[in-house]
Amino acid sequence: MSELERLERFLRTDPRDVGCDEVMAILHLYVDLVAAGEDAAGRYPGVAAHLAACGPCGEDFNGLLLAVSNG
Amino acid sequence: MSAAVPSGSLSNVECARLTAKDLDEESSAWLRRLGDGERQAAERELHARLVRIALAEVRRRSARTPVTGPELDDVAHQAADDAMLAILAKLSDFRGESRFITWAYRFVILEVSAKLGRHYWRNTPVALDTGQWERLPDRLGIDPQQHAELAGILAEVRRVVDEELTAHQRRVFTAIVVDEVPLDALAARLGLRRNAVYKVIFDARRKIRRALVANGYLEELGGEQR
Repeated sequence: MSELERLERFLRTDPRDVGCDEVMAILHLYVDLVAAGEDAAGRYPGVAAHLAACGPCGEDFNGLLLAVSNG
Repeated sequence: MSAAVPSGSLSNVECARLTAKDLDEESSAWLRRLGDGERQAAERELHARLVRIALAEVRRRSARTPVTGPELDDVAHQAADDAMLAILAKLSDFRGESRFITWAYRFVILEVSAKLGRHYWRNTPVALDTGQWERLPDRLGIDPQQHAELAGILAEVRRVVDEELTAHQRRVFTAIVVDEVPLDALAARLGLRRNAVYKVIFDARRKIRRALVANGYLEELGGEQR
């Protein structure tokens, strides 16, 4: 990725992005779908868009997925 | 288990049980145990799991927080205790949309996030409103010395931030993007929800991008702006 592309990607916003509150409300459901190998992003594209853009929510998603995967 | 953990307010546990017949076996077992004579043992087991998850989570995040050592372990134990309280208080809200343990672990993960955000300011490497603009290229992973075009774009970003963002947007954008204050830490400092801070950054990014497109620095993307 070029430096210009990196900057452009940083500034790009996704209209499907549902925001932190909606993601947090169904994070457990979304994580179970991912853990089960289901198409969570296809079912909840707004959640996937948000998780790709929001560092803190992405951290929570990764942490919860790791927690349920490791028991 | 912490003495602060209540014995459980399960007056509405029947509501959760209504869905239990549709649950996986493990989730049903948790609800049954937390609602009857095995409650104390189930609470101890769940709390032990929450502590284990919280400790693993703070260690996983340790490279990205100034909180270290015993304080990091304290954060984990506090997160587990508070998550346990929240789980017991909200047990009747569990509707079986996910596995019970996933629903429960969500509480402790979110508690870890919130507590690390609040503890950030006890160990802060940067004061709020510092505005280290000279480090912005590093933050964005670009080297304006190599590309004159990028230097012009960065100058335009700075101009938009100074002239077109509101004072609140400017303060939040500068803290998060320029000074790299963690979003949860800024939310805690300003008394805002994470979503409120994210929305400010979202709107600022969109406003900056629109200005860069209007001035010919970037190309418009179809369907991107809202």
